[in-house]
Amino acid sequence: MITLDLIRRGTAEACRPWPRFSLTPEAWSAMAAALAQSPEPGLLGLWADTQQVHALLRDGAGALIASVGVEGGRYPALSPARPAASRPERMIRDLWGHAATGGDERAWLDHGRWPMAHPLSPRPGLPGGAVEPPQFPAAEEPGVTQVPLGPVHGLIHEPAHLRLVTLGDTVLRAEARLGYAHRGILALMRGKSPRAAARFIARLAAETTVAHSLAFARAAEAALDAQAPPRAAALRAAMLAQERVAGCLDDLARLADAAGMAPLHAALGEHREMLLRAAERAFGHRLMMDVVVPGGLAADIAPDGAAALCQAGEALASALPSLRRRLDPLLGRLDGLGAIATATWMAGGDAAARCAARVAEIGRSLDRLRAALDSPPDGPVSTALPTASGEGLDGADSQRGTVWHWLRLDHGQIAACFPCDPGWLLWPLAETAMADQSMEEEQMIRLSFGVACAGVDV
Amino acid sequence: MSWGWLRPGAGGAAGPVDAATTASLAARLDAAAQTRLGRSLAIRHVNTGSCNGCELELRALRGVFYDLERYGLRFVESPRHADVLLVTGPLTGNLREALEAAFDAAPEPKWVVAVGDCAVDGGVFKGSYAVLGGTGASLPVDLTISGCPPNPARILAGLRALLEANVVARRRGGRATGG
Ligand code: SF4
Repeated sequence: MITLDLIRRGTAEACRPWPRFSLTPEAWSAMAAALAQSPEPGLLGLWADTQQVHALLRDGAGALIASVGVEGGRYPALSPARPAASRPERMIRDLWGHAATGGDERAWLDHGRWPMAHPLSPRPGLPGGAVEPPQFPAAEEPGVTQVPLGPVHGLIHEPAHLRLVTLGDTVLRAEARLGYAHRGILALMRGKSPRAAARFIARLAAETTVAHSLAFARAAEAALDAQAPPRAAALRAAMLAQERVAGCLDDLARLADAAGMAPLHAALGEHREMLLRAAERAFGHRLMMDVVVPGGLAADIAPDGAAALCQAGEALASALPSLRRRLDPLLGRLDGLGAIATATWMAGGDAAARCAARVAEIGRSLDRLRAALDSPPDGPVSTALPTASGEGLDGADSQRGTVWHWLRLDHGQIAACFPCDPGWLLWPLAETAMADQSMEEEQMIRLSFGVACAGVDV
Repeated sequence: MSWGWLRPGAGGAAGPVDAATTASLAARLDAAAQTRLGRSLAIRHVNTGSCNGCELELRALRGVFYDLERYGLRFVESPRHADVLLVTGPLTGNLREALEAAFDAAPEPKWVVAVGDCAVDGGVFKGSYAVLGGTGASLPVDLTISGCPPNPARILAGLRALLEANVVARRRGGRATGG
C-alpha cells in the first residue's frame, strides 16, 4: 500500500512494539494526498505533543504512527483527505495550540470555560478564544428546523449536545458537540510515573477501564523493555474478556430498556450483576478498576475468585440459548435502523447487526474467560519497572473496538502520552447513521453504537 | 460452593437505613419545613463529566436486584418534575451552566445529592484546570455518597435515608409547603 510504504521511508523512531516514523512536511502532505485516494489504511487517531503531530494508522492487524514537526505553530491538515481527522485537529488546536492548515477552525474541547487557552502548550495563552453555544451551520431550506438535545438529556445520560437538522419528523443531518466531559487528564498525567498515572487511565472511560489500563500498561512496559509476569498476562486476559461480556450485556440491556422490553432488560441486567459481584469477589472491584497496572497487576486474584468468575460465566453460558431467543424481538425492532456502509468491527451494518455482533461477542468472550482461568501459571503478578526513557505504542481489544495508547517516558516520567479511544471513530458513524431516520429513533441508533463521551473528551 | 453471595439482595440492598444519616437529614428538613412529599422521590440525574462508572451503578439500581422503584424512587427525564438532582462527575467547567440550569428548572423543595468521589470533591481530578471540583463548587449539596464508584446498595441506602428523613420531618408536623 503506497501510503504505508511512503510513511516507512520516514525517520524510524525508537517506538515499541508498534513503529513510529517522523516525516518532513512535504512527505506528510504527500501522505495526505495518498490518504485521499483510498479508504485504506484506516486513520485510527490523531494527537500531538509540544513538538509534533502524530497520526495513528491501521497496518494489518496492528498499527503505526506517522509524525510531522510543527513549524510556526502549523502543520498540514489531514481532514481534507480524511474528514474523520477534523475533530482531532480541533482538539489538537485547543490543547496544544497547533493549527491545521486547511482544517476546521472551530474549537472542540475548549468551550471558553478554562482559566487558560492551550493548556498543554509550553506557553498556555489567555482564555476566551472559544464561544458557547457552538456555531452550527444555519438551516437551509424552509420547513427545516434544528432540534438541540442535551448535554442534559435522557434518563441516565451522556453529557453530549446533539444538533438534529430535521424536516418534519425526519432527521436530515445529526451533528454532535462534545468536550463537556473534558477533565484535563493529559495535563494531570504529565510528569508522573506510569504507575502513578494509571489511576487517571483507569478512570478515563469506566465501561472499558480494563482495556484502557491494559493498553496503557503494555505501552509503558514496551517503552521500558519490561515484561509483565506470565501469571499477570493470563489474569489480564481473563479480566479483559470479563469486561467485554459485562459491556455487551449492558449495551443489550439498554437497548431492551429503550425498546420497552422490561423482562429482557431485567434478565440481561441480572446476569451482568452476577458477573460484577464475581469480579468484586475475584479482584476487589465490581468494574475491576486499578487492578491492571504498569508492570502487571496491583494484586493477585482472590483464592476463590476464579471459581466465582467461572460460575457466573457458566450461568450466563447456559442461559445464552434462551437469551438469544428472547433477543429476537429486539433484533426485529432494530432491523433496518441506522444502517451504514462501513463494516468496522461491532459498528457495521444496521442496529440489528450491531446488536447481533454483541450477542456473538458474549459467546466468544465467555470462551476466552474460561480458557484464561483454566489453570493460569503460578508465580508473581507484577515486576518493578526500571526508571528509564523510551517510547511505547500498544493496544487492547475492548467491546467498543481496539483501544490504543502511546506514551513517551523521560527518565521514568511521562513526557507525552495519548489514550486513543474507539469513540473517535464511533461518534461520526453514529451521526451518519442517524441521517434519513425518524427522530424518535435517535436514541436507539445512538445506543446501538454504544457511543460515550468520557473516552474522547479526555 | 454456596451461591450465597450470588443471591439477589445479598449485596445488603434491603439493609437497615443508616440511622445517623436519617437523623441528620431530618434535622435539616425540620429547619426547612419542606414536607410536601409523600413516600416517593423523583430523581433527575445530571452527569457533570463522569467517567461513566457511577452511571453504570445508577443503571444497576433500575435492575431487578436493587429495583429502586419498590422504595418509591424513580428517575425522571425532566428537571421540572424532579425532587432530587442526583449529580455525578467532578463538575467540569464546560458543564457548570448545564448543571445550574437543571437546578433552576427543578421546583422547590428539592435536594441535591452528590454521588461518587468526583461529585463529592473532584476525586482524582481535583486541581485540574478543566474541573471545578465537585457539585458543591456550584450548588448547595444535601447528601454526599462517596465511593469510586459507590455500589448500587450504597447509593440506594443514601436515597432511602433521604426518603426516610422526609417522612420523619413530616411526622414532626413540619409546615406543609404549597404545591
Ligand atoms: S467517582 Fe469514580 S466511577 Fe464515579 S465518575 Fe468519578 S472516577 Fe468515575
